[in-house]
Parts: sequence; structure tokens; C-alpha cells
Amino acid sequence: MSAEIHISSSTISEQAAESTFHEVDDRERAIPAIEFRNVVLAFDDRIILNNLSFKVMKGETKIILGGSGGGKSTIIKLVLGLLKPDEGQVLVEGEDVTNYSEDQMMKVRKNIGMVFQEGALFDSLSVYDNVAFRLHEQGVPEDEVEPEVRRMLRFVNLEDAIEKMPIELSGGMRRRVGIARALVGDPKIVLFDEPTAGLDPPTARTICELAMKLRDLEDVSSIFVTHEMNNLQYICSEYAVVDEDGKVVFEREGERLCLINSKVMMMKEGKVIFSGTDEALRRAEDPYIQRFLRGH
Amino acid sequence: MNFATRLLLELQETTLLAARAFRGIFKRPRYIPETIAQMDAIGVGSLTIIILTGFFTGGVLTVQTFPTLKSYGAQSQTGYLVAVSLVRELGPVLCALMVTGRVGSAISAELGSMVVSQQIDAMRALGTDPIRKLVAPRLWALLVSLPLLTVLADVLGIFGGWVTAVALYSVSSSTFISAVRDGITTDDLIGGVVKPLVFSLIIGTIACRQGLSTEGGTVGVGRSTTRAVVNASIIVIIADYFLAKALQVILGTS
Repeated sequence: MSAEIHISSSTISEQAAESTFHEVDDRERAIPAIEFRNVVLAFDDRIILNNLSFKVMKGETKIILGGSGGGKSTIIKLVLGLLKPDEGQVLVEGEDVTNYSEDQMMKVRKNIGMVFQEGALFDSLSVYDNVAFRLHEQGVPEDEVEPEVRRMLRFVNLEDAIEKMPIELSGGMRRRVGIARALVGDPKIVLFDEPTAGLDPPTARTICELAMKLRDLEDVSSIFVTHEMNNLQYICSEYAVVDEDGKVVFEREGERLCLINSKVMMMKEGKVIFSGTDEALRRAEDPYIQRFLRGH
Repeated sequence: MNFATRLLLELQETTLLAARAFRGIFKRPRYIPETIAQMDAIGVGSLTIIILTGFFTGGVLTVQTFPTLKSYGAQSQTGYLVAVSLVRELGPVLCALMVTGRVGSAISAELGSMVVSQQIDAMRALGTDPIRKLVAPRLWALLVSLPLLTVLADVLGIFGGWVTAVALYSVSSSTFISAVRDGITTDDLIGGVVKPLVFSLIIGTIACRQGLSTEGGTVGVGRSTTRAVVNASIIVIIADYFLAKALQVILGTS
């Protein structure tokens, strides 16, 4: 089933999502945080991405679903300029970064946070030095670095692990340190590359909650690559709010509002086979999507 | 891709890596603490093997050459032969091969592991150029350390030769030392320092290139480490041949 069919059968909530950006009196917000225009990428004879186009609006979380080898993680590498497309354009904050040199990309990357599948922590550095890496590289004085590192580690509930080495951390803790490291400097775009793969459900839920907090409380635009349906369930049906006591709590969609800032894109063999809301995804008749949703 | 194309591509990538690493030296941030740490790991860390290699190479040179020289009645020239062999040839080459085995493999394995665990991608994603942060300090450390290690190997080699000549063959100390002084010229000393500079570039760029181009998980790390050591060792020996001739022409000793 093509993306166009879904767009033509859009629901009221989808139309509301579109209208949000017209109503907001801020032209900057109408510029997509990330945009792919007809991107093609092949390794030798194998086509990884086939004429891929999509947008991630400001404050939106785009969940990219699909099986292994479908080109999901490649999208993230293209955003960061770790790979270059063979054809098409990649735009970040409205800026065409397709042909940027490595030096130019370094400046773009400073405004993007990236969470890797296994955390990708630097083995030789402590948790503190991992999280502080970006600040140390920018030459920020140490008395400013420590409060920022502690703030980020508090955000992921890992302040106690500040002195530990990566080898001493569990898989879930490594991912959370990876998130803290990605968030230093308050980037407005965060990319998650299968951050819950191989984690137990409660830890996976914690990672999703962090992504929801970024979306709902920090106005961060993000791409969340995953193949786990639990992630989709959490991110598309719950939202983070601060209660009267100042604590962050998660409420279910429909209790007070309907979530419109999370969209789903499903990929198969380098092509987008679905783009829309999670509700529309569940109604899709494509056999591959149905099999993916059912898990068999 | 055929062998010739692969070879040319590899040469191009290795040259580009070296060029980018050197360009990075003149830009901020400068990774001085990392460079000093690498000098410690590469230079100080290699001291033991270089001391042992130098001493015993000098010793065995005396053991092998003294009987031959004696048969020509030229045993007083043992120091001359040991010093010239070491300073011109064996010191730089053996030192480079030992450092390739110890340091080249470590650089390649470390960078390769960082590639397969996505740490290099993470570094780039955090806005840091891995070539400036990882490659340039290692190249600098090799450029400083290898000539110093070579000089040390030469001195210890001559010392090993002297100990052997005096202890085993009863050559007088003054005869050996005076032969050493007669043997070594300024040109030999220049050649003995220029060679390790070139070798350090070869070892550093090949090890870093192999490490950074690692593919295929932990098995790939093993493959790239082996390739780094084998390629660097062979190219050091080939480069030594051409350097020896080039130095003779440049210094007018041919």
C-alpha cells in the first residue's frame, strides 16, 4: 500500500496535524527539522534507499518501522552526513546538507543528538567524560561542564553512575548514558537508532519515556528507528506532562488531548510503504504491515 | 575490483588520510594531551623491546663478524662494522619492524574496535573529527618517538657489540671504540634519523587506515590488524631499499 493512498484517506486527527503548522504564528516552525527529497542510495548493486522522501516537522517524533536491512538506520546516517546519498537532497533545518564537506557537517552535527543502538560509549572514558565529551571538545571550562553533565545524568536518572566506566554498566544504563551524551548542548534534533533493541521491557519503556519527555517537554524533533511494536504503542499513545508537584508523569492519549506530533513511517526494502498516524497504520491492509503488527 | 585498482584505491585513501591528519595539526582544537599520552604509549611503552632488540643485535653482529674479520686479520675493525651496520641499516629497520609489531597492531586493533562498536560514528556525530582526534596524535607520537627509539637502539647495539667483543673475544675497549668513531660519518647519522621519520609515517598511516576501514565485526578487527602489520612491515623494507639509494644520491656518497 503506498503512502499516497494513506494520505488521501487521512483521518480528522491527521488533518489537525497538518493544520497545526498553519495556525502557529512562527514561520520558523513551518520549516521541517529534517527533510529527504527523492533520496537514492545503493551499495554496489544493492539499493538501500529507493527514491525516499519525507519530512520531520519541528517538535515531531517520526517513528521509522521496518524489518532488519530495510534501510532504517541508513536514514539516520544520511541526516548526520556519515553517508552521502547517490541522488536526491537531505535538508536539516531547511539547509541543504547533501554536498557539505566533513568540516561543514561538523557544524551541523553540533545541533543534532544521536543515540546509538548499543550506546556507542567511549570505552576508555568514564560516564562523566563520555557525557562531557562534546563540551570538552568545545573547550568549555570545567566548572561549567560538571553542572551540565549532572543535569543530563539526572534527566536519565543516572547521576549515581557518574564515576563509573562503561564496562561497569548494564545494557539499559549504557543506552541512557548514550542519551545523556546526545542531549548535551540541548540539541533541537535527536536521532534514535534502535535504542531499545535487546533490552527488557521495563528498561525499553524507560528509554521510550525519555524520548516522550524530549518531545513533549523540550520541543525536540526526533527520528526514532525501531522494529519493536511496544515502542510505537508507548510513543504514539502517551504524553509527558509536569504535575502539580513538579514531577513528570505520563498520561494516555484521549484523557485530555489527542497526540498529533508523532507520525509513523514504515519501510520495506528501501521504500516507504506507509506514512501516517499509528491509528492509520493499524487499519492498513498491506499484508506485510499486518504481519509486522501481529508479529507472525 | 581487480588487484591493481584496489591497490591504487588503498594508496589514495592512505595518502588522503595522512594529508588530512597533517592539515588537522594546524587547526584548533589541538590535541596536545592525547599526543603526549600516545608518545608515552608508543615511545616509553616500546623501550623494553627496543633495548633488548638493540643490545642483542649488536652482540650477534660481533659474534657473526669477528671470526670472519679475524681470518683477514681485520679484527680491530669489528667496532667499525657493527656501528656502520647498525646506524645505516639494522637500527632503523629493526626498530621500525618492532614498532610495527607492537604499536601498528595496537593502533589498528584499537581503531578497528572503535569502528565496529560505532564509537567512531559517535565521535563524528558529536562533532569531532576522528582523524584529528585519533589519527593525528598517533602520527605525531610516532614521528617523535621512532627516531628517538632508533638512536637508542643504535647506541645500545654498539654497546652490545662492545660488551661481546671485549668479553668474548678479548678485543681491547679502546680499539673497539676508536673503530666505531672511524666508522660513523655525519651522513650515516643523517640517514639514521631520516629513515625512521619516513618509516613512522608509513607505520602510522597504514595502521590508522586499516583500523578505520575495518568491516565485519570482531573478525574484521583481526583481519585489519594482520593487514596493518603485514603491509607496514613489507612497505618499510621496500621503502628502506629506495631510501638507502636516495640518501646515497642526495648526500653524495654513492
